[in-house]
Amino acid sequence: MSVLTTPAGIATGAADALRRRPGADVAGSAFKWLLIGATVFATGFLAVLLAVMIVDGWDVLSGNLWYFLTHGFSQRSAGEAGVWQGILGSLQVALVTGLFAVPTGVATAIYLVEYAQGSRFARIVELNIRNLAGVPSIVYGLLGLAVFAQTLNGFTGGTTAIAGGMTLAAMVLPIVVITSVEALKAVPDSLREAAYGVGATKWEVLSRQVLPAALSTILTGTVLALARALGEAAPLILVGAATGFMAFGDANVFETFTGPYTALPVLIFNFARQPGADWGANAAAASVIILVLVLAVNGLAIYLRNRFEKQW
Amino acid sequence: MNPEKALMTDESDAPEMLVPSEPHPQTRIDVSAVAAMAGQRAATETVFECGDINVYYGDFLALRDVTLDIAAHEVTAFIGPSGCGKTTFLRCFNRMNDLIEGARVDGAIHYHGVNLYQDEVDPVEVRRRVGMVFQKPNPFPKSIYDNIAYGPRLAGVKRSALDDVVEGSLTRAALWDEVKDRLKTSAYGLSGGQQQRLCIARAIAVQPDVVLMDEPCSALDPIATGRIEELIAELKTEYTIIIVTHNMQQAARISDMTAFFSVQANERGHRTGELVEYAPTSLIFTNPDDPRTEAYITGRVG
Amino acid sequence: MPQDTSDLSVADLRTSARRRAWSAGARWAFALAALATVLVSALIIWTVASGAWTFISQVAWGSLTEIGWFPRRGLFDLSTLLVNSVQIAVIAMLVAVPSGFGAAIYLSEYAHPGVRKVMKPTLELLASVPSVVLGVFAISFITPSILSNFFSEINFFNKLAAGIAVGLLVIPLIASIAEDALRAVPVALREASSGLGARKVTTSVRVVLPAAMSGLMAAVIVGFSRAIGETMVVTIASGGGDTSLFNLSLFESGGTLTSAMAALGLGTDQVAGSTLAFQSLYFLGALLFAITLVLNMAGDVIVRRLQNRY
Repeated sequence: MSVLTTPAGIATGAADALRRRPGADVAGSAFKWLLIGATVFATGFLAVLLAVMIVDGWDVLSGNLWYFLTHGFSQRSAGEAGVWQGILGSLQVALVTGLFAVPTGVATAIYLVEYAQGSRFARIVELNIRNLAGVPSIVYGLLGLAVFAQTLNGFTGGTTAIAGGMTLAAMVLPIVVITSVEALKAVPDSLREAAYGVGATKWEVLSRQVLPAALSTILTGTVLALARALGEAAPLILVGAATGFMAFGDANVFETFTGPYTALPVLIFNFARQPGADWGANAAAASVIILVLVLAVNGLAIYLRNRFEKQW
Repeated sequence: MNPEKALMTDESDAPEMLVPSEPHPQTRIDVSAVAAMAGQRAATETVFECGDINVYYGDFLALRDVTLDIAAHEVTAFIGPSGCGKTTFLRCFNRMNDLIEGARVDGAIHYHGVNLYQDEVDPVEVRRRVGMVFQKPNPFPKSIYDNIAYGPRLAGVKRSALDDVVEGSLTRAALWDEVKDRLKTSAYGLSGGQQQRLCIARAIAVQPDVVLMDEPCSALDPIATGRIEELIAELKTEYTIIIVTHNMQQAARISDMTAFFSVQANERGHRTGELVEYAPTSLIFTNPDDPRTEAYITGRVG
Repeated sequence: MPQDTSDLSVADLRTSARRRAWSAGARWAFALAALATVLVSALIIWTVASGAWTFISQVAWGSLTEIGWFPRRGLFDLSTLLVNSVQIAVIAMLVAVPSGFGAAIYLSEYAHPGVRKVMKPTLELLASVPSVVLGVFAISFITPSILSNFFSEINFFNKLAAGIAVGLLVIPLIASIAEDALRAVPVALREASSGLGARKVTTSVRVVLPAAMSGLMAAVIVGFSRAIGETMVVTIASGGGDTSLFNLSLFESGGTLTSAMAALGLGTDQVAGSTLAFQSLYFLGALLFAITLVLNMAGDVIVRRLQNRY
């Protein structure tokens, strides 16, 4: 008996020591809950934001949403103002942005990954892209004003949707390049070798094998970039979108590209600048609209990415 | 060991072997002399003549002074331990090494008398004539039909002729009967062995006269391996085949000529491959000349 | 059937001119695009530098240290804008760093994979919230519903609310860089710590955080840079007017480098041309560009060093 006591005693003691005692790790659980709190704060304010905007804009959203969506800006009274011009202008600007940013960005990524990897020029371009990604958006506005609106006046027609779109294209270019580079790097080399192996030229390998394989990821990056452009106001203010009006009237769709223009976020800024609760309601309602738009576009991009994620 | 069993054995991973050796004089092996020595091979046309091939990755020498000739309508096998440069050498024949950053090939490879490494030669055309099958099956993410038709389309084969090319290539790769009812479905739906035969069919669809195979069975099970080996035996009537393999039984079974490569590490740990012995397969497996070859072969077989 | 190879010549080993031309043309097109991205940078630098030079060569130096920023009256006190910019960015960091780091630690060390899978995209979604919306949020909620309960003397437009809103805006950026830094810490380090009997909190705080320190610093630097460059929130919530008097109070309104630029841009019609007020727009742009460039490059160097370490 006494022989057995010692090991058994140790075993019992060890079992006690190994058992989780309630309240033993106070610091540990406090830390964990602190982290959870931070995470909830970081992500939860989106819900608060949406709720506040919906409440503040409720009069507009519930009462005359259709009117609000289909009418233009008005300086006279908040009740007469709508966001139609802003939505149309944002679409125009986004179209121009896409037309400039996507070909340039994807082509740059192709050059970096497929042609010049590791070369001196490629390192310069990469450094340049990383730095461009950190340039504040309003500085792009200066570029747009001085170069696209003034120097290239003959092409853009001054402070127009074309100049605004080009400005935002320059701004989102790093996003397009960086996501496209990642997409191309994810295409396995075995695919390239297979195509080279049957006698394809570099262009044939790229255009028929590599690009189709990378397309879905590139598309995701493009959508994300356009979503970013959709919500951006600061550079457009410098490139003439501040008035809140668009050339409309008899002008056809193509002419509106070369006249005065506006965009939805700029319109929200205009609403927010006006004193009074009615204008505040307009700003909140328009905020809900842009949030829904931007979140939908981003959600689409994230969905696309997750759907096509595991190809290889 | 009965031959049936041998066919089923798949040892794709040879042990890492560093065969100790004295620095030895450059090995110059003449294919006709060796053939005469073997006394059983008919004299055939030479497809490739390689002279003093050195391959560098950056500053580092990966393969030293390889000189050998490849005969037409034969299966030539490259064997040797990992890192001995056999795959690197294989990729010299269709200038696939051009695609590797920093890789440089010194020396000349004459293909039917034309030096592949002269400025006027376009690697794209070389690769059409010298096809390649890779270690892992790598079909395009397209339909079976489009996988085969890809190369011929690039080469300008007319749309109306494509069906025949696809059927002919798949038939020769012994895959036609298995896939003829699902040509428009994705190649990814095929088994590993079928995918590799598809890759062989894709390679021969552009009418090459040489097919390079880089360990084509290393990702396959024994049954699929057996089918590929049968296929190789049939294909050599029309094509010249060079195959890299880790599996010595495979080399013994299917090849006419065998080149044994070894690897030497210098004092800084850089490993440089070199050709040790090149001889008819029957000779190299029964009566190797070089003690290093013997050590490698007996180490595996015994 | 293989093609005939007797009498093969070099000419047979040439691809058709058309295919070669396509391939060469494509190469040039891609290189040109890459060059265009460099051109964008060059144009930005040229624009802000030449505009800033025009301003510097015309401005009276004394007007750069004045009672405030009144561009149309020729008073260009830089300290007003710089102090406001820094104050707002610091408040933003006080909001964003604790919650961003907390979220990052939670996601990388504690969160169940399923939670992570939901939270990561949510953070990405947050990063896409337009800044104008946060500006509206600041004046319609942060100031009237929260701050005015605590500080009765607070101005409707104030730097505190602007700083908090900017902080909310940069949380996702900071959380994402910090999480990358934490996940770059090798699992072996965590296992070594746990293997010695350390609790999870000890491992996180004593081992993982110090190991990821440089990456976390980079997150702060890049976040600060983003906060300095943020325009719309500040313009709506703090610096709506195009003038501001020097003040240090967080409860007062005040223009920043960026909001002063937006204000000048809004008045482009009035101040356009070669007036000094208009040229000050480029000067501020150059200043902003230089500050954020230095910060971002510092952050970039730190991140790169981190990548090379493990």
